[in-house]
Amino acid sequence: MSFSASDLLTLTREGLYCPLGGFHVDPTWPVPRALITHGHADHARAGHGRVLATGETLRIMAVRYGADFCESRQEAPLGEAIRIGDVTVRFAPAGHVLGSAQIAIEAQGVRVVVSGDYKRAYDPTCLPFEVVPCDVFITEATFGLPVFRMPDTRDEVRKLLDSVALFPERAHIVGAYALGKAQRVMALLREAGYDRPIYLHGAMEKLTELYKREGIPLGETPKVVAAERGKLHGAIVLCPPSSIQDVWSRKFPDPVTSFASGWMRVRARARQKGVELPLCISDHSDWPDLCRTILETGAGEVWVTHGQEDALVHWCGTQGIKAKPLHLLGYGDDGESEPAAAAEEAA
Amino acid sequence: MNDFAHLLDRLAYEPRRNAKLRLLQDYFTHAPDPERGYALAAMTGGLTFREAKPAMIRGLVEARVDPVLFGLSHNYVGDLAETTALIWPAHDSPSANDGGLSASGRQRGSPLLEGEGQGEVRGSSGEGTHLTPTLSFQEREPLAGAPIGHNNPPPHVPTLAEVVETLGTVKKADLPARIAEWLDALDETGRWALLKLITGSLRVGVSARLAKTAIGALGGHEADAVEEVWHGLEPPYATLFAWVEGRAERPTTLNPAPFRPPMLSHPIDEAGDFEKLDPAAFSGEWKWDGIRVQLVGGRDADGAQVARIYSRTGEDISGAFPDLAEAITFSGAIDGELLILREQRVQSFNVLQQRLNRKAVTPKLLEEFPAHVRAYDLMQAGGEDLRPLPFTERRSRLEAFVAALDHARIDLSPLVPFATWEDLAAARADPAAVGAGADADAIEGIMLKARDSAYLPGRPKGPWWKWKREPFRVDTVMMYAQRGHGKRSSFYSDYTFGVWRAREDGAPELVPVGKAYHGFTDAELQKLDRYVRNNTTKRFGPVREVAYGLDHGLVLEIAFEGVQRSTRHKSGVAMRFPRVARIRWDKPAAEADRIEALETILARGISEIAPGETLKEVGA
Repeated sequence: MSFSASDLLTLTREGLYCPLGGFHVDPTWPVPRALITHGHADHARAGHGRVLATGETLRIMAVRYGADFCESRQEAPLGEAIRIGDVTVRFAPAGHVLGSAQIAIEAQGVRVVVSGDYKRAYDPTCLPFEVVPCDVFITEATFGLPVFRMPDTRDEVRKLLDSVALFPERAHIVGAYALGKAQRVMALLREAGYDRPIYLHGAMEKLTELYKREGIPLGETPKVVAAERGKLHGAIVLCPPSSIQDVWSRKFPDPVTSFASGWMRVRARARQKGVELPLCISDHSDWPDLCRTILETGAGEVWVTHGQEDALVHWCGTQGIKAKPLHLLGYGDDGESEPAAAAEEAA
Repeated sequence: MNDFAHLLDRLAYEPRRNAKLRLLQDYFTHAPDPERGYALAAMTGGLTFREAKPAMIRGLVEARVDPVLFGLSHNYVGDLAETTALIWPAHDSPSANDGGLSASGRQRGSPLLEGEGQGEVRGSSGEGTHLTPTLSFQEREPLAGAPIGHNNPPPHVPTLAEVVETLGTVKKADLPARIAEWLDALDETGRWALLKLITGSLRVGVSARLAKTAIGALGGHEADAVEEVWHGLEPPYATLFAWVEGRAERPTTLNPAPFRPPMLSHPIDEAGDFEKLDPAAFSGEWKWDGIRVQLVGGRDADGAQVARIYSRTGEDISGAFPDLAEAITFSGAIDGELLILREQRVQSFNVLQQRLNRKAVTPKLLEEFPAHVRAYDLMQAGGEDLRPLPFTERRSRLEAFVAALDHARIDLSPLVPFATWEDLAAARADPAAVGAGADADAIEGIMLKARDSAYLPGRPKGPWWKWKREPFRVDTVMMYAQRGHGKRSSFYSDYTFGVWRAREDGAPELVPVGKAYHGFTDAELQKLDRYVRNNTTKRFGPVREVAYGLDHGLVLEIAFEGVQRSTRHKSGVAMRFPRVARIRWDKPAAEADRIEALETILARGISEIAPGETLKEVGA
């Protein structure tokens, strides 16, 4: 029997496992050896033995979990072939958040690419996604329905700035995931010419400082002082999504509740969260980009990790591409589970 | 259309009334005529398009998108217009179109692009610029900066006026093609707004009143001033905008039977108001539990009689009450309460509700639920505006007017005589004993009107007061909670509550009977909110289920005005105006009331249980 992709990667309780290399990819439980695609809490957990990830991802994990988040770590330079056991792995940019990478795993002429979370849309805070030709492409499907077609982020940021102009006395509270989305929104605001301070909830501070240290200019981003909240008329304030409905946000002057997320594409989702100014800004691929990426990789087979897999699997079928859902548990299927954000908030 | 769409988009998410007003004013100030006029018509319910049906829209989208993908998407989004707006193939995007998808990628790699050259529109503009094949194509075929695909004319984005005017004239057979053209040209928000507009489901939380308030504010007028001229105007309301912007005189209303904004009352505060008021300065009458209407009659330019029935908000409801409209043989405007009378007896609001809820007005309905008006004011008689006159004078004119009219459908709302506030309190407690007789069923309290008061539109403080009867009360158990809106948007402030009933096996269970979201103070709200968060057992989207049962649960004492039969509620009953009267932190959930308490009110009629009493005896 010939060697195939399912010899290269199998599913275990902890997640995707490569028996030839003896490592997991983005395991949801502590394992002896883990390769991590990016720093979001559902993909990058603390407590592994050896961790291989990009330098940025390792530094993000250190900020979130403390310097001793694993026993030993190794930095994976992008594009460089690394031999682990009987396989070769290579990290390539995924365009999701700072340091995010796809991981190509290759042995005996078969290449599987684990994309992690990825996007193709413009993001000034991380390297753009790179297509890696492969035999099997393992994709996310967070926004795997054709209704998810994300608009130009510049227009979304414009919506926010227009609202600030129309309601100059009201604070604009923008919910954004603490890692990636928040910094992307800041960078986009700066590109749109917004040069006033962008206020941050305490949970955003450490990661934003990290982004700045990594050389991403975000301008002046003071932390909100609790007692000063009532004075922030017309300010733009970024906070974790859980805080937009929190009593914390009600202390600002007549706050406008905003949320930067791909979920804002669907009105009911925005309304359920009590969002008044939805900003459709996603760090995941939208439907056209999911489809386009699958085609561009040239993969003959697609495995779908998490999200709205039914539609994507169906679509692959219409393209003559074999596809199956992996039903991986533990990944935030709606991108809303950011346990670290809550922890940092409390800290 | 795009500006209108963005306005609707903002309004749909904006819970605050003042912010909505700001958005509306901003739009009405900047949008040109006739665009803004049609927008106003759309928001005040002045536009209806009969031919644009959801089935037609579904047909259009299913012809363009893989039906499986459409089905999955519709299922997820839950709204046809929104799903269609989001999934509609965008012309500037290479892969958004499912048809494009099936032909894109490897089948449309570089060789194909080389072969077909600029004829291929998809994959060449807009988002497609990062596509590798596109880039290589651009390198090979420099077009001196001309946008690729320029041989297709840019889609024409329709104006709102164009949409409205076209829909009014287009042949039914041509309609799908026109709508498809518009959907092609618009962006997601534009498509959503168009579909909502043409299917008549424009629910963005703007009442006609709010839109008129915004229009009035453009020229420093009250909404009532707009109401006064409103019924003589037609979309796109050019004369109205000219007037509020100070470019023209106030439009003269040529409507022979115009709506006049009604005078409203304030609830009286028993603790503080009575001692400041002189009983001799006020006239009392029953507060009827029907719907407030105006009967307006007049002659048009040709001398033909025009009869109109308006709701309190100015909606023309003549069509729903042809039996009553026939009675408007006069010229003038009567303010009164629409009630159902059977054998001279006023029926309860429950009965009226059964007529209001019907779509078709059948002869059977007219016979079973004959509509009447109990008149309490006369605003206009012939050519004379009586509103500046004092109440007592209007009242005697009204008595003479109704007597002269002598129509079985229109009678006079009797006065309630009293000398002291104590007399009035006694009348309020037992209307049947003070002349209301069997009609006491349909009385929800007392109205107090200053004898010298002119008829003023709106809700002036002082001349008119309402003093409602004591509400019913029932002890319930909190079952679900939902976050509120506006200032309360961070708090769980909307509570669904239930009462006990016996399951088939005899075991007690709680069944939801209503929802309340006011009646408590801000401090109490904070405690309730904390209670919900600490006792959540399940989450359903924005709704939390809290712990309830025989052993645990929070008892809410609910005050309400009455009970109606309901097919929407699992319990079969629905309360009118339920609110939280007290939070019974002390009371065990097992001691809350039973469903029989509510069913008794429903079955025995309002008069047989003295309102104000708690219902424990009934339920136990």
